[in-house]
Amino acid sequence: MLNYDIVIVGGGPAGLAAAVSAKENGVDSILVLERDQELGGILNQCIHNGFGLHTFKEELTGPEYAARYIEQLEEAKIEYKLNTMVIDITEDKTVTAMNRADGLFEIQAKAIILAMGCRERSRGALNIPGYRPAGIYSAGTAQRLVNMEGCLPGREVVILGSGDIGLIMARRMTLEGAKVQVVAELLPYSGGLKRNIVQCLDDFGIPLKLSHTVVDIEGKERVSGVTIAKVDQNRKPIPGTDKHYTCDTLLLSCGLIPENELSTSLGVEISPVTAGPLVNESLETNVEGVFACGNVLHVHDLVDFVSQEAKAAGKHAAAYVRGGARHLLFDGEDIPIVAEGGVRYTVPKTIHPQRMEENHTVRFRVGDVYQNCYVSVYLNQERVIHRKRQVIVPGEMEEVVLKQEELKTFPNLSQITVKIE
Amino acid sequence: METRELTCIGCPMGCQLKVQIDQGQATEIAGNTCKRGEVYAKKEVTNPTRIVTSTVAVEGGSSAVVSVKTNRDIPKDKIFEIIQEIKEIKVQAPVHIGDTIVSNVAGTGADIVATKEVK
Ligand SMILES: Cc1cc2nc3c(=O)[nH]c(=O)nc-3n(C[C@H](O)[C@H](O)[C@H](O)COP(=O)(O)OP(=O)(O)OC[C@H]3O[C@@H](n4cnc5c(N)ncnc54)[C@H](O)[C@@H]3O)c2cc1C
Repeated sequence: MLNYDIVIVGGGPAGLAAAVSAKENGVDSILVLERDQELGGILNQCIHNGFGLHTFKEELTGPEYAARYIEQLEEAKIEYKLNTMVIDITEDKTVTAMNRADGLFEIQAKAIILAMGCRERSRGALNIPGYRPAGIYSAGTAQRLVNMEGCLPGREVVILGSGDIGLIMARRMTLEGAKVQVVAELLPYSGGLKRNIVQCLDDFGIPLKLSHTVVDIEGKERVSGVTIAKVDQNRKPIPGTDKHYTCDTLLLSCGLIPENELSTSLGVEISPVTAGPLVNESLETNVEGVFACGNVLHVHDLVDFVSQEAKAAGKHAAAYVRGGARHLLFDGEDIPIVAEGGVRYTVPKTIHPQRMEENHTVRFRVGDVYQNCYVSVYLNQERVIHRKRQVIVPGEMEEVVLKQEELKTFPNLSQITVKIE
Repeated sequence: METRELTCIGCPMGCQLKVQIDQGQATEIAGNTCKRGEVYAKKEVTNPTRIVTSTVAVEGGSSAVVSVKTNRDIPKDKIFEIIQEIKEIKVQAPVHIGDTIVSNVAGTGADIVATKEVK
C-alpha cells in the first residue's frame, strides 16, 4: 500500500489549486489522481476566452488558465497520476484506484480532498418523449468532440437549454459551419451570462426562445427534426404553440450536477440543494479529514472562485495533516448558516468563529431573478449586512463577507441568516 | 437615421438599449440604467470588436487539433473571414502555448496564437 499525507481526487482547476496550496502550507507528501489523460479538467475543452479575469487580471482561454496552474504544480514537484480512476474511498481514508500500469492499488492518506467536478444532466433525467436516435448529444460532449477531437457532430442543430455551455456551443458550431436554428429554454430567463447571449447568439442571429421546450424528437436512426412548444407557468407545453424544426442534431444543455458517488459511499453528507457535500468553514465534510472544493462542492460559473475555494481547502487539509483534528482544539460551536428569502444555499453551511478567516467569504445562489433588492445577513436577530443590489440572478454566484471579530464578540451567537430583502 | 436595439452586457440586468445612429455615430441612447450602457452602446455601434477562439488542425501530434485565439480583439465583421483563413491551415506538432500560428490574420493586424500545448 502507498502512503501519502494528502490525496486529491481530480486534477481539474480545483485539484490543481488545492495541491499547490497544500504544498505552500507545509505538506510535501501529496498525490493528485486524475482519470483523464491530462491535467486541467473541463478547462481543456473550454477553448473560449473569459477565464481568470479575477485571478490574473487578464482574460485567458480555458486551456491557458489550466496551464498556469499545471506549471505551478510541476514547479512545486507535486506528484500526480494520470489515466487513474479512483473507485473507492473508505472512512479511514484508504483510497482505491486503478490504471493500466499499476492495476488496482490502494493508498493510505491522512487527509483527502474531493475535487471530482461535475457532470452534465443526462437526457434520461429530462424526460423527452420519442425514440433514442443518434444525433442527441449533451452540449459538453459536443464541446469535447469539436474542440479536442476536431470533429463536428452535426450540420443542422437545435439546442435545448440556455446555460453557458449551450450558448458557447451555439457559437462554436456556427463558426464550424453548422446552422444553429434555435436555442430553447424552459425557464422564463436564461441562466447564461448576458455577454454570452449577445456574443454567442445575437452576433449570429440565432433566436433564443424562453419558456419553450422540446416536445418531440423525430427520426429512428438519426434525428431528423424536433418540435418545440411554449410552456405555461407550470412548465407544461401549451397546445397549439408547436413549431417544427428540421435538424440532424439536438444538443442538451440542461445543467450540471456535482459528481458525488464516491463521496456518498464514503458517508459524506450531501446537500439536497447543491447535490454537493455539506461543509464547514474549513471546507471539511462531516467525515473528519475529508475536504471538498470546486464543482464537486457546488457548481461554479467562474473558475477564479474554484481556484480560491480550492486554495482554502488545500490550506485546511494541510493544517489538518499537521495538527490532527483541529476542531477539537477550539472552544465553542459550529454556527449554522441559514439560507432564507430567495437564497437557495450557502457554502459553507456552518462557520466556527474561532476557526474562520478574519474576513470569511460565504458564497450562495438565489432561486429567482431579483431586482432592486438587498442582500442581508443577520447574526441571531440583528442585521449586520444590508447591501443594495440592482439585480441578482440564479446564474451568477453571489457572496457576502463575514467578519471574524464581529462573530467572535457577538453575545450568544446561535444562527447566521443570509437572505434577500 | 437608423435605430438599433442592443442588450447591454455590462451586468446581469441586461438593459435593452435603443440607439439612434446617424452617419455611424450613436446620437441618442435610451433604455440604459447606468453609464456602462451608454459606453457599451457607443462602442457596439461604432466599432464592435471580439476575440475569436477556434481550433487549428495539427499533424503528428498527441491531439488532432490545437486551440487558438486572436491575440487581440478584431472587428466583429471579420469573424468569418478569420475562421475561413484558419480552416485552411495545418500545423506540425509540437505546438506551444503562445506560438504564433498565423500573423496578421485576415489583414486585421492581429495574430492567431496557440492556447494549448500539443506534443
Ligand atoms: C462548458 C463550460 C464553460 C465554462 N465557461 C467558463 C468561463 O467562461 N469562465 C469561467 O471562469 N468559468 C467557466 N466555466 C466554469 C469552470 O470551468 C469550472 O467551474 C471549473 O472548471 C471547475 O473545476 P473543477 O476542478 O471543480 O472541475 P473539473 O474541471 O470538472 O475537474 C474535475 C476533474 O476530476 C476528474 N475526476 C472526476 N472523478 C474522478 C475519479 N473518480 N477519479 C479520478 N479523477 C476524477 C475529472 O476527470 C476532471 O478532470 C465553464 C464550465 C463549463 C463546464
